Amino acid sequence: MSLESAAAAAYLVSGLLFVLSLAGLSRHETAKAGNTYGMAGMALALVATVALAADDLEAAAIVAIGIAMAVGAAVGIWRARQVEMTGMPELIALLHSFVGLAAVLVGWNGYLSVEGAPAGEAEELALAVEIHSAEVSIGVFIGAVTFTGSIVAFLKLSARIRSNPLVLPGKNWLNLGALAAFVVLTVVFVVEPNLPVLAVLTALALALGWHLVASIGGGDMPVVVSMLNSYSGWAAAAAGFLLDNDLLIITGALVGSSGAYLSYIMCKAMNRSFISVIAGGFGNEGAAASGGDEDGEHTEITAADVAELLMDAESVVITPGYGMAVAHAQGPVADLTRQLTERGVDVRFGIHPVAGRLPGHMNVLLAEAKVPYDIVLEMDEVNDDLARTSVVLVIGANDTVNPSAAEDPSSPIAGMPVLRVWEAETVIVFKRSMNTGYAGVQNPLFFRENTRMLFGDARERVEDILKAL
Amino acid sequence: MLIGVPRETAPGETRVAATPTTVRQLIGLGHEVVVESGAGGAASFPDEEYAEAGARIAAAADTWGADLVLHVTPPSAVEIGLLRDGGMLVGLLAPAFDPDLIQALAGRPITALSMDAVPRISRAQSLDVLSSMANIAGYRAVIEAAHAFGRFFTGQVTAAGKVPPAKVLVAGAGVAGLAAIGAASSLGAIVRATDVRPEVADQIASLGGEYVGVPADEPQPGGGTGYASVTSEDYNARAAVMYAEQARDVDIVITTALIPGRAAPRLLSAEMVASMKPGSVVVDMAAAQGGNVEGSVADQVVTTANGVTIIGYTDLPGRLPAQASQLYGTNLVNLVKLLTPGKDGRLVLDLDDVVLRAMTVVREGEVLWPPPSVAVSAAPATAAPPPPAPLVRHEKPAMSAGRRSALVGLAAALLFLATAFAPNQLVGNLTVFALAVVVGFYVIGHVHHALHTPLMSVTNAISGIIVVGALLQLGHISGAVTVLAFIAVLLASINVFGGFAVTRRMLGMFTRGPARTAVSAPTAGAHR
Repeated sequence: MSLESAAAAAYLVSGLLFVLSLAGLSRHETAKAGNTYGMAGMALALVATVALAADDLEAAAIVAIGIAMAVGAAVGIWRARQVEMTGMPELIALLHSFVGLAAVLVGWNGYLSVEGAPAGEAEELALAVEIHSAEVSIGVFIGAVTFTGSIVAFLKLSARIRSNPLVLPGKNWLNLGALAAFVVLTVVFVVEPNLPVLAVLTALALALGWHLVASIGGGDMPVVVSMLNSYSGWAAAAAGFLLDNDLLIITGALVGSSGAYLSYIMCKAMNRSFISVIAGGFGNEGAAASGGDEDGEHTEITAADVAELLMDAESVVITPGYGMAVAHAQGPVADLTRQLTERGVDVRFGIHPVAGRLPGHMNVLLAEAKVPYDIVLEMDEVNDDLARTSVVLVIGANDTVNPSAAEDPSSPIAGMPVLRVWEAETVIVFKRSMNTGYAGVQNPLFFRENTRMLFGDARERVEDILKAL
Repeated sequence: MLIGVPRETAPGETRVAATPTTVRQLIGLGHEVVVESGAGGAASFPDEEYAEAGARIAAAADTWGADLVLHVTPPSAVEIGLLRDGGMLVGLLAPAFDPDLIQALAGRPITALSMDAVPRISRAQSLDVLSSMANIAGYRAVIEAAHAFGRFFTGQVTAAGKVPPAKVLVAGAGVAGLAAIGAASSLGAIVRATDVRPEVADQIASLGGEYVGVPADEPQPGGGTGYASVTSEDYNARAAVMYAEQARDVDIVITTALIPGRAAPRLLSAEMVASMKPGSVVVDMAAAQGGNVEGSVADQVVTTANGVTIIGYTDLPGRLPAQASQLYGTNLVNLVKLLTPGKDGRLVLDLDDVVLRAMTVVREGEVLWPPPSVAVSAAPATAAPPPPAPLVRHEKPAMSAGRRSALVGLAAALLFLATAFAPNQLVGNLTVFALAVVVGFYVIGHVHHALHTPLMSVTNAISGIIVVGALLQLGHISGAVTVLAFIAVLLASINVFGGFAVTRRMLGMFTRGPARTAVSAPTAGAHR
């Protein structure tokens, strides 16, 4: 058994552990075990690689590895401990950008140690150098798109830049043009590898990643985040081709395809195709059309009256949205749930698949607030019960409860499955003002006869209700 | 007919099978009664009272030689030998737990009936000694708990300060449980009770208790015997969560969970007991059958390291001997009535009567245990789930089969060409790649909607595997390569460690609800 064969064996085992990890993460019962498998796989891969690398390295390089990993681990664990659950989307987006940047760096290194190496020092290749060049180009491209795309997603999610879609003239042509330019540059790079071409290609990919995500609205962020997740996997897989490393290929492909599937689930939840999400945000063309004609009288209600309604209710469904996360209202909402449950009210949560800014965002927030997960249902599970529900509390959700999606074929969100909260006896909408949601679509729910508006900060209003109870 | 009432010789037994009151009733039925001298001593019934009631006081041998011997505990070998040929013995024989006793009894030409085998049917209620003893035991369990508990049960506001009421959790709302609920709530405690059968919630409420349910997907089968039966693993896991939560909150726990003929189910683990407040009291009424509580010892009081008293008395009914004897004696009087249908003093053991058949352990030396099972309660039919309402979803028409296969064919052809013209090493890479893509796709095909975020953060951590690539490049060729690789290793390490750590944190938050009373069945459109 040589060191190489031992490392290859370790890679195979860690690849399988990653498969087990993803499989475990599909169910609550096995999720923790899944995470442990993932950690075991990663530990094994790292040990094998360091052993392999240390074989022909000087002590200084080994120390450098140790320092880099220690610093990275410290920063990573520190961030993981610090992050608030409401800030989870930003963190994940930021982490994606690291993978993207790392992939770019690995790609550049690939060039520098083969094509761009000083004469006589280039690493020997088992392949034709042209294939290697193509791999460098593809790896750098995917990595760079992931990097800037994730940075923009991070900035949008943390509200450092406006989350409205950026609309450049002919933006779809810009994207397609960038792709075409990438193909041309790759061909040039393969024929004659040189640093300027690689630099231009990198810059092009960075710009494309930026533009791609900048032109997607905040409401589509769950799809974008899982799409970037997928890209970061493809970037790792590309690096695997570049370095002829099966573990990187396996892992990257696993992450890439599972991320793509998750994006597909998200898109399906919005009844939109993947292409249309990429091609731009909601409401670009529809907002103006349906913005004005649905206005009507809305009825306000006080927190004390809501408390009374809830006490008399038999069943309550709470449909949270991004607004709950923004207002940090999950704690008081959980208290409300507990109090009502103790009074014998059947309280459940209805979660729209794209509620929040991250797939499963609401579930994580509610779990943080210790809401038992078996009363947190997804849209399909709760939708048919809504007609038999006494009170629905809409906390910080808007587009996901918009009746025009189901009833108004001309609406820009027509056909998107929504929580049919308007079928309940009474709907209480917690809202800061009468502004439209991310889609920029007016919500006729607010003007329904059985709808009551409770204006103000969601957290304060829920606390008011708790006081009144 | 001569009825003998011997003195109980089993250690610690304080009860007696007949009291002066029941002796009077038996004599009223036309029987003669002979009572061993001192038989009622431990239950505060002196010989004189029996004599006054009309019984003859005699030695042990006389009572064992009677036509019908009324007893409490299983007899010793010597006592079995004293039985008259053709005689009949009635007692709490516990045949399910003591096969040797059955054999010993079958070695004699006698008939033996076990009072603890009375089936739970309405007609047999007057004989149901388990109920009558459980009633006493439940009451006594509360008294024992109150005795060991260094506080009031009731809450008070006095000039010397406020006293909070004790919180009592009663596990199992059978007869013993209900008696305990009633006793504890009349002492002023806040009483909660739990049971695998949600239908007993009303009974609990009627005695002043509050029902705490275990969220269950399916109703737990009662088994049709009128007793609780074995529960599913999933149910037990949820119940454990509920018990763990209650244990931290309550001061007193009284467990009464018994499944006939099996070891008692374990309800409280040692950790749960350890999580209770010092000074708390646990009464394990199932200690004789192995205990509901980890760490309980039959017939003993155990104090744990954190100051929780675990009472494992198995003789709780015997701690109220006068009352227990009276109730047991009355059960026996009712049995005698059933055994003498002709009211002529002649014993008739009618084995077609399900009650008598169930009780009969041995008849004339022939073992009749175990009896055929008796169905008691008709299981409530589970309501059929409502038909799923049609979903309003405007899906695009699915791709036609022809187009789909054309696309698959095209993809296969492209992959074939790409691979066929690729050099050998790339072929291996492509194979691995294609297979891994498919695996990734299928492996998360059934991901639970609530786990999307943890799944993403774990895949994110895993995609930090690019660190491997950077590690392999570090220290080669030129300084620039090493610097870039160093940065890549650092970034990817943030990913790896941060991703796994944050996933762990998130998963730790997902808890299942402990105190849900009802869980709605999932309706249409189960998740992919």
